[in-house]
Amino acid sequence: MAKYPTETLLSWSKAKEIRETYYKNYAAAHDKGGIRWVGGAWTFDAVPAGLGGDVYSLTSEPYGASCAFNKDFSTRAMEAAETAGYARDLCAYMRNYWGSILMNEYAFGGPFPKPDFIWQDHICCSHAKWYQVVSELEGGIPMFCVDVAVGPAEPFGTLTEAKIDYVAGQILDGIEWLEKTTGRTYDDELFIEACWNDFRSTSKWAQVCELNKAVPAPLDEKTMYSLYVLATLQKSWGVVADYYDELYDEVKDRVERGIAAVPNEQARVMSDTQPPWSALKLFRYLEQYGVVSVGSLYTFGLEGMWDFDPASGDLVPRPMPSKKPTTREEAARELVRWHLHKPEYQHFYDCDYKSQMMIAMCKNYGLSGVMLHYNRGCEGLSLGIAENRLAIQETGYPVMTFEGNMGDEREFDLGRTMQRVDAFMETLGVKKVAA
Amino acid sequence: MIEMFEEWYKSRHEYAKEWKDKTGGKVMGFFCTYVPEEILLAANVLPVRILGSHEPQNVTEPHIFGMYCPFCRDCLAQGLLGRYDYLDGMMIAQSCLHIRQAFTSWKKHMPPEFTYYLPMPHQVQSPRSIPFLRSELETFKTAVEQWVGKEITDADLDRGIELMNASRQAMRDLYDTRKTANPPMTGLEAMYAAVSNQWIDKAEHTAVVRDVIQKELPGRNLGLEGKTRLMILGSEDDDTAFVNMVEGCGSVIVTDDHCTGSRYFWNQVEPEEDRLLAIAKRYITRPACPTKDWPQRTRLDHVRMLAKQWDVAGAIIIQQKFCDPHELDIPEQRKSLDGIGVPTLFLELDVTVPVGQFKIRVEAFLEMLAEDDLF
Ligand code: SF4
Ligand code: SF4
Repeated sequence: MAKYPTETLLSWSKAKEIRETYYKNYAAAHDKGGIRWVGGAWTFDAVPAGLGGDVYSLTSEPYGASCAFNKDFSTRAMEAAETAGYARDLCAYMRNYWGSILMNEYAFGGPFPKPDFIWQDHICCSHAKWYQVVSELEGGIPMFCVDVAVGPAEPFGTLTEAKIDYVAGQILDGIEWLEKTTGRTYDDELFIEACWNDFRSTSKWAQVCELNKAVPAPLDEKTMYSLYVLATLQKSWGVVADYYDELYDEVKDRVERGIAAVPNEQARVMSDTQPPWSALKLFRYLEQYGVVSVGSLYTFGLEGMWDFDPASGDLVPRPMPSKKPTTREEAARELVRWHLHKPEYQHFYDCDYKSQMMIAMCKNYGLSGVMLHYNRGCEGLSLGIAENRLAIQETGYPVMTFEGNMGDEREFDLGRTMQRVDAFMETLGVKKVAA
Repeated sequence: MIEMFEEWYKSRHEYAKEWKDKTGGKVMGFFCTYVPEEILLAANVLPVRILGSHEPQNVTEPHIFGMYCPFCRDCLAQGLLGRYDYLDGMMIAQSCLHIRQAFTSWKKHMPPEFTYYLPMPHQVQSPRSIPFLRSELETFKTAVEQWVGKEITDADLDRGIELMNASRQAMRDLYDTRKTANPPMTGLEAMYAAVSNQWIDKAEHTAVVRDVIQKELPGRNLGLEGKTRLMILGSEDDDTAFVNMVEGCGSVIVTDDHCTGSRYFWNQVEPEEDRLLAIAKRYITRPACPTKDWPQRTRLDHVRMLAKQWDVAGAIIIQQKFCDPHELDIPEQRKSLDGIGVPTLFLELDVTVPVGQFKIRVEAFLEMLAEDDLF
């Protein structure tokens, strides 16, 4: 008999519906005279929201992941990018995305829907350049990109006013650019509302993740991928913010009733960086050992907003700003202050910051070990990963590494990875449990 | 005289150690040419750029995942092997992700007494970047003052600016001599001059460059007239063995767009009352590194200008393996040069260069250019 009761997550199908609506909205935007824009999962999506209620986005990383999920499509897309002269070791999401444009195929069917403009931000070397190429491939569509790489936020650094001025200043310039580019009048109220939704979504997602401190864990990482993705699509969308409220209540209820994601949970691990999307069965394989992956700094902190408290050595969901901004300027500054604390931004400046946060997770989530995906597809999130490995090991947590690629399955070997998992389980002293 | 550059290239560590003994000053290792050396010179610190040694090594594997460029791993190897054990400080100005790991791993495992990460803005095409960089320079200046225990005055900054500007002008003048039909120096000699400039005391280096220009180059005939004129561009490149091989095939390299070459010294600080603002403007407007060249591609025009002014017949585009920033530029760069009738040869460099293999490709490229010439 299973150690813990388990139940399907009731709000899972709703997440799926929201995701489908999102992609359909984008494809159909022009039918109703609306606007379509593209940008990354980290972009300040609250900003274009001020252009009206009929403005729809397509974010690139989740799109790239969707491509990767479809092996045949992805292989053709990447070959198209390579034929166009782009190196095979570049960001795999980016190559999937470029390939879609080059083949003029949308991963969800039909021709690739051309955007009206690009609204991006930049911290990884590939962010702005990704869209520079998109703009060129699409015949020169207008592009605006906000540089957010001003150095680490507290507690690792200090977000000075000058740093906030720089980023918020670009956003304010961007708003004028949006008006000029689209010929629409910008609505500050809509912008402020969207910022507030963004704070709600990203703060609440962190609170959902924090519930995974419970034993048994109410969520496993594979399920979390289907949930956190909504924030990567459009964190400033009220529908997403409302959904996370609902999700939080459901997960909290699971914790209170002792509902497990993995019914035979006997050990807990976490991963790092994006998984190889075409091989998520790796997580199901862990379940055979009664091992649950409770998340990662990636699933927690790519969109979730946290404060790292070195004194307690824990990551704490960042509390909502005390009041709603009232002006465009205030909203821009608050948005910047908020986002620059993103855990997944900090490691861009120093591997040590990420190690500290990961070690905090090991301690506070009762982990037995860590599985690091050395991800050839993402130069941004694999940054410093070898040092993370050393630091975590030094603290006494066993680490398994496996090489792969989140978006190019040609660089991932499932069989070999499973063998590594077997060996790792032996190190952890965990044996397969009867189904 | 001109051999001095090669000597300096080969004895970088001995030079820095002697400089320290002689002056009692501090040495700052730096990783990227966006580092505002003016401020270091103002504090009487010797800035030395950390570069690799082009030897196979097996020490970085636990620290940097193998998908990052061989250059950043080669640089870190120098630290791990103790070759820069004389550094008092070490810093980076924000550029690409790869080289950042050499800095952070070095800092973690072998921290010198002072380390600094300068968040050089990426959006250099936004006017917002200038006041931001100015404020970061102010913070940096304060940190350096605390480190060296001495205030950096306006007069000190003026001295730093003058030293850098004089060096830049001298290097520009040296490169200008290569515009002639019979260049008085080889590409290899130019590489020694440009790269050694990144760690030799500026006044000393400039004096030699000036002497070379005035006394050695006039009338110097290396028989380079008629050789195929090439430019090199792309990722970090201080690979003298490679340049030597290319020139050995019957070409002469007359200019470059590398951070180890012309990009380093191209533009001057335009002096103004607010010294830090003047320095900030210089770094924001310098020929961009690909990581900062967006949304417009300003590098294309700059490279075309170099190709035209130095009258090149072809260009070799060099990319360090896995160098994302250049991989993101190279397809457009090739199209752009093709557009002005400058054919390109693309080569991917690793820590060591497979000279034999590359030689065959370079020879074929030169043959192709020679045929173009006939018709
Ligand atoms: S390399 Fe990674 S961080 Fe950079 S753009 Fe691609 S997915 Fe994003
Ligand atoms: S720009 Fe290219 S060669 Fe230079 S450090 Fe970065 S990745 Fe390496």
